[in-house]
Amino acid sequence: MFRRLFGKQDEKTEDEVKLEQSLQKTRSGILGRISTIFQENEITDELWDELEETLIAGDVGMSVTMELVEKTRRRVEQENIKATHDAYVILKQEMVKLLASDEPLHIDEPRILTVVLVVGVNGSGKTTNIGKMAHWYKNRGRKVVLGAADTFRAAAIDQLKVWGERAGVDVIAHEPGADPGAVIYDAIRASQESRKADLLLVDTAGRLQTKFNLMKELEKIKAVASKQVHRAPHEVLLVLDGSTGQNAISQVKSFRESAGVTGIILTKLDGTAKGGAILSIKRELGVPVRFVGTGEKIDDFALFDPVAFVEGLLAE
Amino acid sequence: MFESLTDKLQSVFDKLGRQGKLSENDVNVALREVRLALLEADVNFKVVKDFVEKVKTRAIGVEVMSSLTPAQQVVKIVNEELIELLGKPAPLNLGGQPPAIIMLVGLQGAGKTTMAAKLALHLRKAGQRPLLVAADIYRPAAIQQLQVLGKQIDVPVHSEGTQVPASTIAKNAARLAREKAYNVMILDTAGRLQIDEQMMQELEQVRMVARPSDVLLVVDAMTGQEAVRVAEGFNARVALTGLIMTKIDGDARGGAALSVRQVTGVPIKFLGTGEKLVDLEAFQPDRLAGRILGMGDVLTLIERAQDNITEEDALAMEKKLQDGDFDFEDFLGQLRQIKKLGPITDLLGMIPGANKMMKGVDPREAEGGLKRTEAIINSMTRKERHFPDLLNASRRRRIATGSGTTVQDVNGLIKQFREMQKMMKQLGIMGGGKGGKKRRGGLPGNIKDMFGGFG
Ligand SMILES: Nc1nc2c(ncn2[C@@H]2O[C@H](COP(=O)(O)OP(=O)(O)OP(=O)(O)O)[C@@H](O)[C@H]2O)c(=O)[nH]1
Ligand SMILES: [Mg+2]
Repeated sequence: MFRRLFGKQDEKTEDEVKLEQSLQKTRSGILGRISTIFQENEITDELWDELEETLIAGDVGMSVTMELVEKTRRRVEQENIKATHDAYVILKQEMVKLLASDEPLHIDEPRILTVVLVVGVNGSGKTTNIGKMAHWYKNRGRKVVLGAADTFRAAAIDQLKVWGERAGVDVIAHEPGADPGAVIYDAIRASQESRKADLLLVDTAGRLQTKFNLMKELEKIKAVASKQVHRAPHEVLLVLDGSTGQNAISQVKSFRESAGVTGIILTKLDGTAKGGAILSIKRELGVPVRFVGTGEKIDDFALFDPVAFVEGLLAE
Repeated sequence: MFESLTDKLQSVFDKLGRQGKLSENDVNVALREVRLALLEADVNFKVVKDFVEKVKTRAIGVEVMSSLTPAQQVVKIVNEELIELLGKPAPLNLGGQPPAIIMLVGLQGAGKTTMAAKLALHLRKAGQRPLLVAADIYRPAAIQQLQVLGKQIDVPVHSEGTQVPASTIAKNAARLAREKAYNVMILDTAGRLQIDEQMMQELEQVRMVARPSDVLLVVDAMTGQEAVRVAEGFNARVALTGLIMTKIDGDARGGAALSVRQVTGVPIKFLGTGEKLVDLEAFQPDRLAGRILGMGDVLTLIERAQDNITEEDALAMEKKLQDGDFDFEDFLGQLRQIKKLGPITDLLGMIPGANKMMKGVDPREAEGGLKRTEAIINSMTRKERHFPDLLNASRRRRIATGSGTTVQDVNGLIKQFREMQKMMKQLGIMGGGKGGKKRRGGLPGNIKDMFGGFG
């Protein structure tokens, strides 16, 4: 993986290309300035100061920023590196290390029915990215069904139904105000029986992580799923808005505690904010990013790849 | 009130060990902590820089007031500057020729649609005749969402489907408003990125056609450093007249408010404080300042207490405290009042330092503890509640069985109650003497103790 950072590229997958391109497609984020910093001739104190400031401006957060700068700086000194370009590569390597994960994605494992629960704060992009994800997996030969367990927000069910139509997959829904547990129950039954699906994606209502009762509701929803399908939900994905600042950490922490979040979908990366807050999350909370959302169209969705992400993040 | 930052600064000053005037070194050391606090709150780093400079100029050489520690003195200055920067609250511009048109703009997912309905409800309650307009023709089911909300609050919604351009919808809506004498019209527009040229042009057109008296940028309280560029982007194209910050009911510190306020110069008008349509607050700079500095939201807590606890209850309680006859009946009453204020975890989020204090305490257990405590008291006879001295071993066993708890639980609660009684007596003595305006119905003493039975 690291070899790719040294210019020699392996063949890039379609996902990697898409991720890089979409990150670059709009005017680049503030972190794009970093490559300019490393175009100076010499490695100086000012360079490190400027790097620090830019990382903070990219929502990376104080502690990880300090750590990144410190580590890079130390390695540059120890490895006796003189060229700024090489120092830049070291920084990228350190950033990739913060994001890489060996944990396999459980959606791809062979299983009769895989259940994925999608959670997150209000407006982060859950429903939209479920639609895109359904399309993505359908294109890869899966039989997908959507469960409309956001029975709370006005017209949330209609919204998911539109995405179901766009992706060409069935949506199992109850009336607004219905018990989300009952929706999941039915969605699993339908997936197993009439729909013969192998992948069920469940949309849930947005909730702020400080709302104790709403967080408890997620536990209940999970319990319903696990009673019907062995070890379900197999992934609990938190949808995180890429423009979120330091609150991202609190979000991942709380949703991991009460909903057992196993992965993150980082969205809205087509904006000028590029999700820099994510850099502290893997290390502090052990939750990897799995997918990225890069726009509002059905194709604006890709697998997360740490190298491609860092390249895209730092692109000028 | 300003615990956490003050504490941090205090330890800094303790190391410096100086009093009297704030020296340049004192201020520099202190402002390092302030800078960190602001960055953690997502205030844009450039805004932080300017702010810190400003505070520095003002603070150096300042005489430390005799009633304050140097740390408190610095926090006082920081807080005052912050309040100043956040600016004064401003009302909606409803003055001109009706209909007054309010246009909501912002990024995707900021909370515009919900905010539109909240404003409509607020206006309707204030005796206006609002009309909601669905000009988001892109997001699936956005129109239905507004229709559902409109129905909930009994405010009409004008929509023309998704095939008519937003500017045409706005124009038609304005005509309808004039014909039907709606005096305020709230335009919900689609979320968009400030760099999306096509979408920004659409917004300009809508604004040109509608000529709104208010163009309000809706900003999510969780937004990070980019808030600055987002606000600049919108302001450059559609000349904002105000800001609204949403989702302030979470634990985000909301530093973005300071950033957007700084770069646009327009006033913050409202805060969105929950998912319900009544959850709308007028902006108050002192509160937001406290929150950004990480001082918790004690004022909100006090206000909720005031809303939920009647003056009579509070007075009766005060009397009991003074007389020192606080019994289990009162204890139960207090528990119920606390429960009325909302889930414990929400409350804790508002108390500075409470999260730290409660570390290692599972909120579920806290909630369970409350229930257990209530069950135990409910299993006491009236007499036992009034005269806890009656509670001998056999009575305690009976109560444990009756409440589905253990004798240990019951013993624990009684012990705790005794301690509280003692504390209340002291409080009562103190509280009784002081004149002047007193906060009524605030939470009694040690909140942690109220949760009872866990440990
Ligand atoms: N630019 C951009 N917009 C996005 C992206 N993903 C979602 N959105 C938009 O963000 C807004 C909110 O998305 P939703 O999918 O409704 O978010 P949600 O989390 O389901 O919202 P609630 O259910 O209300 O909590 C919509 O306008 C989406 O079109 C993305 O990757 N890029
Ligand atoms: Mg949704």
